Amino acid sequence: MNPIPHWGIFITEPMILGSDVMIVLVSVAIVFALTKFRKWGWLWREWLTTVDHKKIGIMYLIAALLMLFRGGVDAELMRTQLALPNMTFLDAEHYDEIFTTHGTIMILFMAMPFIFAMFNIAVPLQIGARDVAYPYLNAISFWMFFLGALLLNISFVIGGSPDAGWTSYPPLSELGFSNGPGENYYLLALSISGIGSIATGINFLVTILKMRAPGMTLWRMPLFTWSVLAACILILFAFPALTVALALLLLDRALGAHFFTILHGGDPMMFINLFWIWGHPEVYIVILPAFGIFSEVISTFSKKATFGYGSMVFALMAISIVGFLTWVHHFFTMGSGADVNTFFAIATMVIAIPTGVKVFNWLFTMYRGRIRMSLPMMWAIAFIPCFAIGGATGVMLAVAPADYQYHNSYFLIAHFHQVLIGGTVFGMLAGMYYWWPKMFGFLLNERLGRWAFWFFNIGFYVCFLPQYALGFMGMTRRIYTYPSGLGWTVPNFISTIGAYLMGIGFVFMVWQIIYSIKYGERDLTGDPWDGRTLEWSLPSPAPHYNFATIPTIQGRDAWWLAKQGELSKADFLPAKDELKPIHMPKNSGRPFILSLWFFVLGLGLTFGVVPMDVIAGIGIAYCLFRRSFEYDTDYYIPVDEVIHTESALGRLQG
Amino acid sequence: MSGQHPSTAHATPSFPWQYVIGFILSLVLTVIPLWLVLDHVWKPTPLVIGILLCAVLQIFVQLFMFMHFTHGDGNGPAYQTVILSIGFFFAIIFIGASIWIMSFGYQVQ
Repeated sequence: MNPIPHWGIFITEPMILGSDVMIVLVSVAIVFALTKFRKWGWLWREWLTTVDHKKIGIMYLIAALLMLFRGGVDAELMRTQLALPNMTFLDAEHYDEIFTTHGTIMILFMAMPFIFAMFNIAVPLQIGARDVAYPYLNAISFWMFFLGALLLNISFVIGGSPDAGWTSYPPLSELGFSNGPGENYYLLALSISGIGSIATGINFLVTILKMRAPGMTLWRMPLFTWSVLAACILILFAFPALTVALALLLLDRALGAHFFTILHGGDPMMFINLFWIWGHPEVYIVILPAFGIFSEVISTFSKKATFGYGSMVFALMAISIVGFLTWVHHFFTMGSGADVNTFFAIATMVIAIPTGVKVFNWLFTMYRGRIRMSLPMMWAIAFIPCFAIGGATGVMLAVAPADYQYHNSYFLIAHFHQVLIGGTVFGMLAGMYYWWPKMFGFLLNERLGRWAFWFFNIGFYVCFLPQYALGFMGMTRRIYTYPSGLGWTVPNFISTIGAYLMGIGFVFMVWQIIYSIKYGERDLTGDPWDGRTLEWSLPSPAPHYNFATIPTIQGRDAWWLAKQGELSKADFLPAKDELKPIHMPKNSGRPFILSLWFFVLGLGLTFGVVPMDVIAGIGIAYCLFRRSFEYDTDYYIPVDEVIHTESALGRLQG
Repeated sequence: MSGQHPSTAHATPSFPWQYVIGFILSLVLTVIPLWLVLDHVWKPTPLVIGILLCAVLQIFVQLFMFMHFTHGDGNGPAYQTVILSIGFFFAIIFIGASIWIMSFGYQVQ
């Protein structure tokens, strides 16, 4: 590897200097607070070493919100630069770095941890399990993701960010055009967090297939769990393609291979092909769990069972299979021939069918339901028109000949923000509001949440609708400035206003969370929304073993049936004489330490420091060796402790 | 409750010959294509077939030597065979379609 870190960047750029100062100040403040309040032990015991899926979910959620902030700041900076023609707020290089980190962070370090937060929080509770199938691996997944994200984020202040776009196409990303450490940061950060993502996919696949409570057949599973199953299949088979693409590019850069350099018989288009074999399923990976959340939310807040449960499941599975057959629509203009383009154009349009089925099912679920407009339901309803527009423009883009016009224009930018924000972000926010009481034991303030909702939603349309027009007017993505007199000024200015409105919406959301920590209504029932699925039969937050006795499930939406008197509610409460010691996994600090070694390895490879790589490699090998000979990994919670916890919650029967 | 977590096997450890043999076979099956390419041993068509053959052989080595493909826990359907057949399906699609998509390069030359 041949990095030339431009260390000068440390002091020359005021924005980077500001970030340096902020990072140092915040780090010092955190260390000071932890020391002053003697919280180091607490941090280690309760969080860094935890294997509890609920706590890991909370950590994913915090990380996702932080990354939403970071990616959002990137977006505001870009929109500020583009607000008017000939702006000099950012220079070209800085702008390139910002759009690269914006895309990379939003997809891999915001959307992915956000869906994993929802997986972790909801799935084991929904299927009646006490943890995921592999709790230790779950902790590794989280810390791999977290330190991968950290690696990408420090690139801004140490050595320079990647600037070849979030898709990182060669030859731009090859040594000849990106010879700094930035691109190495990108490759290693994604590889490290990718290990975590694949492990999570395997973990939840096994959890859903093997850990369901007795009676919870596949056809009785909540639709969110189904959507996670579909997403896990996508993760399992899509992420290896990314791993391969990144590894080959790293070989090109580090060892002088020529997989993607045309000069020595390589083919840069092969990277694009591999990247999108992962990249297209990836958008379904982040949208399917959102679909699952909408099914839960719309059914709960309409007080009706989901319309067309079976067709919903078939639609999810169809999307997860056909989603693998559409990737060429990201590079129709490569020109691989009419036959290839036709096949992938039709496959892309076919995807719209199961998606349409789902939208109609949600509408029919609401039809004649008793609808309550709480925050989760507002985000779910806002999703439908937003996604309909995004879907329609998606079908326009799928028409291969027409795509030659839209390709890489702002029309495309508007389209994918409409489906990714309108789909994934709205879905994850709906899920966050929905499961927040289950995670933390209190509700988020409704009034502040409504302000956040309206600012974010109106801001969204103000920001992105003008971009469709800009695309037709010929504005292409990734340009950092434009001359006046093209008619682009007004739409760009309006778009920037929309971006600021969305920023204000996010500030309201942060205010809402901080306010509610102090004043939020406490959830004493464990069932604040009058829910239908198993997680609402537990107190909020759930005890760390989840279920004192595993309930036997006798129908779909069993908790709702129990509340309606069709099933016995006592099935969901533990009886004293039925309690047994509970088998639980032990906490471990090794996932955190192992991931730290991976971080050191990544940093060493980024800057080509061989001794660092060797030491980190030994560290990783040692961690794996220790784990291989570890047998004391589990323990039993005694019955007395369970009795104590459950009677304090007032749940114990008999 | 102990049925919930896959119980950890505490069998007496014996030397894992299966893994060692699998590891060596994997290395050999990786080095052969590398040698074929680096030393220009064959023409393109037999070369591609040779590489694919080594890759397929290695899939089987990994499945049987490392991944306990034939093991089962005796309760519930053998999900791993379902997932694995989906995996084969996608592997064939990805490799076949990639060759189809990328073959436009030959027409250009």
